[in-house]
Amino acid sequence: MFDPEAIERIRAKQRAWEARELREFLARQPESRADCRTGSGLPVERVYTPADIAATSFDEIGLPGRYPFTRGPYPTMYRGRLWTMRQIAGYGTGSDTNQRFRYLIEQGQTGLSVDFDMPTLMGYDSDDPRSLGEVGREGVAVDTLDDVEALFDGIDLEHISVSMTINPTAWILLAMYVALAQARGNDLGRLSGTCQTDILKEYIAQKEWIFPIRPSLRLVRDMIVYCADHLARYNPINISGYHISEAGATSVQEVAFTMANAIAYVEEVTRAGVDVDRFAPRLAFYFVAQADFFEEVAKFRAARRIWAKLMKERFAAARPESMRLRFHCQTAALTLTKAQPMNNIVRTALQALSAVLGGAQSLHTNGLDEAYAIPSELAMKLALRTQQIIADETRVPNVVDPLGGSYYVEALTNRVEAEVGEILKKVDALGGTVKAIEEGFFQREIADSAFEFARRKASGAEPVIGVNKFVEPPEPNAVPVHKVDPEVEARQIGHLRAVRAKRDGTRVAALLDRLAREAADPGVNLMPVTIELVKARASLGEIVGRLRQVWGRYVETPVF
Amino acid sequence: MPPIRVLIAKVGLDGHDRGAKVVARGLRDAGMDVVYTGLHRTPEEVVAAAVQEDVDVLGISLLSGAHMTLIPRVLELLRAADAGDMLLVIGGVIPDEDVPALLALGAADVVLQDTPPDAIARRVRELVAARQPR
Repeated sequence: MFDPEAIERIRAKQRAWEARELREFLARQPESRADCRTGSGLPVERVYTPADIAATSFDEIGLPGRYPFTRGPYPTMYRGRLWTMRQIAGYGTGSDTNQRFRYLIEQGQTGLSVDFDMPTLMGYDSDDPRSLGEVGREGVAVDTLDDVEALFDGIDLEHISVSMTINPTAWILLAMYVALAQARGNDLGRLSGTCQTDILKEYIAQKEWIFPIRPSLRLVRDMIVYCADHLARYNPINISGYHISEAGATSVQEVAFTMANAIAYVEEVTRAGVDVDRFAPRLAFYFVAQADFFEEVAKFRAARRIWAKLMKERFAAARPESMRLRFHCQTAALTLTKAQPMNNIVRTALQALSAVLGGAQSLHTNGLDEAYAIPSELAMKLALRTQQIIADETRVPNVVDPLGGSYYVEALTNRVEAEVGEILKKVDALGGTVKAIEEGFFQREIADSAFEFARRKASGAEPVIGVNKFVEPPEPNAVPVHKVDPEVEARQIGHLRAVRAKRDGTRVAALLDRLAREAADPGVNLMPVTIELVKARASLGEIVGRLRQVWGRYVETPVF
Repeated sequence: MPPIRVLIAKVGLDGHDRGAKVVARGLRDAGMDVVYTGLHRTPEEVVAAAVQEDVDVLGISLLSGAHMTLIPRVLELLRAADAGDMLLVIGGVIPDEDVPALLALGAADVVLQDTPPDAIARRVRELVAARQPR
């Protein structure tokens, strides 16, 4: 990008500066930190110049909406359309969460995002003994299609995009979503939204699983293929680094492990004979916005470039849309503290700004009460207002990739890309992603990073304001906390029993038999039979239970 | 003195294991014998493991909000297994207002967020030292 002679002149100037101004200044006033590093532990220099990116060609940086998409997936970015403000919500029954959705839409939210309760995520009905105490607590309870009808009552699915945070049971929720849209006479091709579906990161980080890895991957494949055929605007998977980061990984590991998972999904689907350009344009990503501001911006830029090159070089994709990484972003819940909870508003605002400077397509900002409970209405409103202030008051959206060209950000983007490349080589050498999961590679790396971070926090090397620095006595009742309705469990179980009582039990039984037969044949796509099942009012727990008989369950060898 | 024996357990459907694993490693580094159950255990499984391993301390981590349902069950099972003197320490996301109730039910302590691993090790030692000899 720069003329080699100019780089030499810059290097000479920097040497002269080091010998004079810097040396004299350091003699008078030594730096407070000898060793400065990013959140991922990458060393950073005092100051950056063109010499630090002398080897970077302009084509690596490029222009937005063009390969390798470093600067963004679209040519106009937020000048064309702002990111989607998508606050996640879910608690109680379908109608409880429906009220929160309507409130958020009234407050100016532009997309919906559903959080499900633990039993729904893990494939148990609300009346299962293992669901005791967890129904409707961390998210909304869904047992049958009736619950999904209540959840989206009065919400036009052709006009708002809906994201569903669900993994091992994702295919059932997608089936319910499709069934609801069909019952309402919607055009499936007009539905837009995302299902998280990313089961591999569950084995690695979030730890919500049901079946062994191989049949779980097959379900992901079935969803991707079904959506490629029927839901042209829907993202069947959100390949997620967020949980990998929250479980302890550094930002470099987050991107590397996410890419390793993405590679495994692309391999799984292409192995079934589907052309990469038929489904890759709908693969979506999900990253965290952590505390190291510039490293995060560099991370998002690097992720786009890595994906573009992987798709082009490793998978021989031909369509630019297949190489264009789009991502949802969430600020980092783990950075939020119970102590001095108002500080969390500031943390979240800074993290959100890095997501916007990094070119996120949609964003969830965390509530200030994150360390207490699921968010109150007030906490969610403030979090949404944070995004609206960035969007409307800071003028940041005026310019695409405004930090592009910063010597530091470009150097760091290169470095993150290189570090991720090294980790991906290691995963390949281990025999690929599934093999590496089975051997506990990612799990050990994450546990090590988490422990190292806990040690640095305990020693004060990692300052956390209000926790190990500027500590104050705790305030009782510092924030109003979301209360769980104690009657939810009984109400939800009542709904479920009523649905079971009025459905055609013979038909459900016959469909469950068909499901078991089709599950035993890895060539069959399980989406059609699942859609039939949910329409017949089979419950989520019944569908999962039947498949557990066919496939068994996943058992982890825990490492710490 | 033989090392303090600890079982770290995850009970219920909650998959958040970062904290439990950091604590397990911190206690092991502090010289204790630590066993970790892994995820998604039922109260019955956890109590059976604690009794079988004959631990001094049972540490349960919960971030799902289900503690007021699951912890009383664990305590009931411990008493039924004649292990009522085992020290139950709870960690995770526990609202302040639930702490007195958990202590009144018979938990030895509730360790709140952001407690460093060293401080947890110190607290475990104090609790074991203060316990009536078994």
